[in-house]
Amino acid sequence: MGSGNFISGDLMADIAASAPQSAAQSRDAYLDMVRRKRMYGGILLVIFIAFLASGWMLADSRNAGGFWNGLPNLGQFPSEVISEAWEKRAVLPGRFIEFLPSLIETINIAAVATLIGGLMAVVLSLLSTRGLARWPRLIPVFRRMMDAFRAIPEIVIALVLIYILGGGPVAAVVAIALHTGGALGKLFSEVAENTDLKPVEGLTSVGASWGQRMWLGVIPQVAPNWISYALLRFEINVRASAILGFVGEGGIGHDLKLAMQWGQGRYDQVVAIFLLLFLTIFLIDRVSDHYRNRLVKGN
Amino acid sequence: MTATLSSPLSEQITATFARRRLVALAVPVVIFAYLLYTFFAFDIPGLAQRARLDNAAILLSDFWSHKTHVTRNNRTGDVVVAIEGEGKGTYPPGKMPDWVSIDGGVTTVDLGTGHIVTYDDAGARLVVPGYGTIDIRPEGNGLALTAPEPLPKWINASDTRIAVTTPAGRFNYTKSKVETFRYQAGWELFFFTLDSPFHGKSLLQLVSLAVSGDRVYPDRSNFSAMVQDVWTNQMWRHSDVVWALFETVLMAFLGTMGAAIVALPLGFLAARNFNPLGPLRFAFRRLFDFIRGVDGLIWTIILSRAFGPGPMTGALAMAVTDTGSFGKMFSEALENIDEKQVEGIRSTGANTLQRARFGVIPQVTPVLLSQVLYYLESNTRSATVIGAIVGGGIGLLLTQAIQTQKDWEEVAYYMTLIVLMVMAMDSLSGWLRKRLIKG
Repeated sequence: MGSGNFISGDLMADIAASAPQSAAQSRDAYLDMVRRKRMYGGILLVIFIAFLASGWMLADSRNAGGFWNGLPNLGQFPSEVISEAWEKRAVLPGRFIEFLPSLIETINIAAVATLIGGLMAVVLSLLSTRGLARWPRLIPVFRRMMDAFRAIPEIVIALVLIYILGGGPVAAVVAIALHTGGALGKLFSEVAENTDLKPVEGLTSVGASWGQRMWLGVIPQVAPNWISYALLRFEINVRASAILGFVGEGGIGHDLKLAMQWGQGRYDQVVAIFLLLFLTIFLIDRVSDHYRNRLVKGN
Repeated sequence: MTATLSSPLSEQITATFARRRLVALAVPVVIFAYLLYTFFAFDIPGLAQRARLDNAAILLSDFWSHKTHVTRNNRTGDVVVAIEGEGKGTYPPGKMPDWVSIDGGVTTVDLGTGHIVTYDDAGARLVVPGYGTIDIRPEGNGLALTAPEPLPKWINASDTRIAVTTPAGRFNYTKSKVETFRYQAGWELFFFTLDSPFHGKSLLQLVSLAVSGDRVYPDRSNFSAMVQDVWTNQMWRHSDVVWALFETVLMAFLGTMGAAIVALPLGFLAARNFNPLGPLRFAFRRLFDFIRGVDGLIWTIILSRAFGPGPMTGALAMAVTDTGSFGKMFSEALENIDEKQVEGIRSTGANTLQRARFGVIPQVTPVLLSQVLYYLESNTRSATVIGAIVGGGIGLLLTQAIQTQKDWEEVAYYMTLIVLMVMAMDSLSGWLRKRLIKG
């Protein structure tokens, strides 16, 4: 008992003696660490800013017109376009109607590509999700397939297919659909990973086939999130379809390119196309936002 | 009593089920009807006529092979051997490939597997094993063809032009010239062009040349001469391609980071918990909507009018477009932060800037970083398209190569490079995300 007291007392004294010292030490170490962290952060920040600044300067030097030379001209083109369109404002409604068919073609390209790509994504994602896959050994194959679809930019496929198919909207549809299949497949598979497997087990116990298990056990669970992603993708695809038209063929993008090449004298067409595109994208953005909120949050 | 209650309930449920079944059936029907409509709107039945499968065959063969033209001008009698028929790929006189021999007025082309073409003063002869000899002579204003009858489908003969297609190569005879095309595997002249002293050497020979001291050029080492010759290759333009790839990545990097830096303070101004001024908040929100609504395509066109073609225009276009998206996402992320941390920092007497720096930034950094990295990835892809519009980067080279409609091996090369570039940027951003966010 006595020796126990002695030992513990000695220990206490030892701790008491060392406590302020270790507190000071750890405070120093902490401050040191903070200082070091800040220094590293600062160095990284400086390097990053230097990278960015030199990058802008390099890009500026490789540009045909410099940044500071171009800046005063920034308003020139819009003001030219708007003033010409204002003079011809009487014909603008007619122009809207004139370009409506190509706008519809652009939207159709995006919609069909989203539908086909979405269906591809459904199949690919189910085949590449752990726990759901039909052939678990082939999961990496399907994953790499989706990676490859995502990696190929749409323009590459579109331009090659235009050459082979001789123009038309099909090239753009295939290009966008492939990319959509890869991009949505990844998102779909992330959603499918979080599904509750109990309905699937239940269906297995009554002898359902793989297709039935997916259709009845998984799809109802993931449908709201999947549709929400698909709507977002549709919005992205409308933009992509317009750009592909500008670079390649078909739709309102192509009309815009023709009007731009003509230049002055057809700026009323340019304005009409700009406005149509703006209104369409704005509308789709709003509508898809609304429905996505409803789908994900449930009314 | 239970009966009176359960009857309307069961009716109600039956009705709901009936409605649901109808919807479940109607959705596929509507989708099918829409696809049917687009099937005709896109004129898919007419696709078979428009499709140029021969173009597809040319494209596919150029992916893995090259062709060499052996051309004789029938008026002057000059024979030119050129890879892909390009001036830069022309063999100098006296240095012909071993399958072409020129002996006075007689040129013999050995296409392999017994196919032999001979040009001489009388005309040209083509020996096809298993078929016989095709003999062509100019006669009056047209061409005379002597070949075993009946003529097979792979010989296309008219008065002015005779074309023969065999597995070993193609042959074309017109009044003005006679051409033979030989297809060989690989991309010829990929490293060294014909004017380089290193052309036609094997890898082993090249290594020994690089290591040993016998200098081809006295003023520099063999290795630097090799690098120089590859870098300035006129056929494949490696230096231009590397610059173009770099420009594309640069556009994506500058556009994304520029947008993120501009959007961060704007995001604070548009977030409910940081900006108490409702109208100002509303104005910023609508500004973001406006920027996003005016599509990237339109921004690109407007900016390229002011700044001219080049990578900076592309970077600026991306920066403007993404400022709208980032502004919206950043402000939403800022509105969703945990207020307790800010409260804690406030209790120590921190001012607004310090509260933002120590209470908010650490919370939102992972969210913002992952969004920025995701956009960097997707912008690397968009930079190809935007490059095609503004005239910079690999997108420009790709569209140019496609528009000329003959350099398909270059198209294949650029496509491969673009896919590799996108994959490299994907893994880089994935690696950064892991390092920066998950710690």
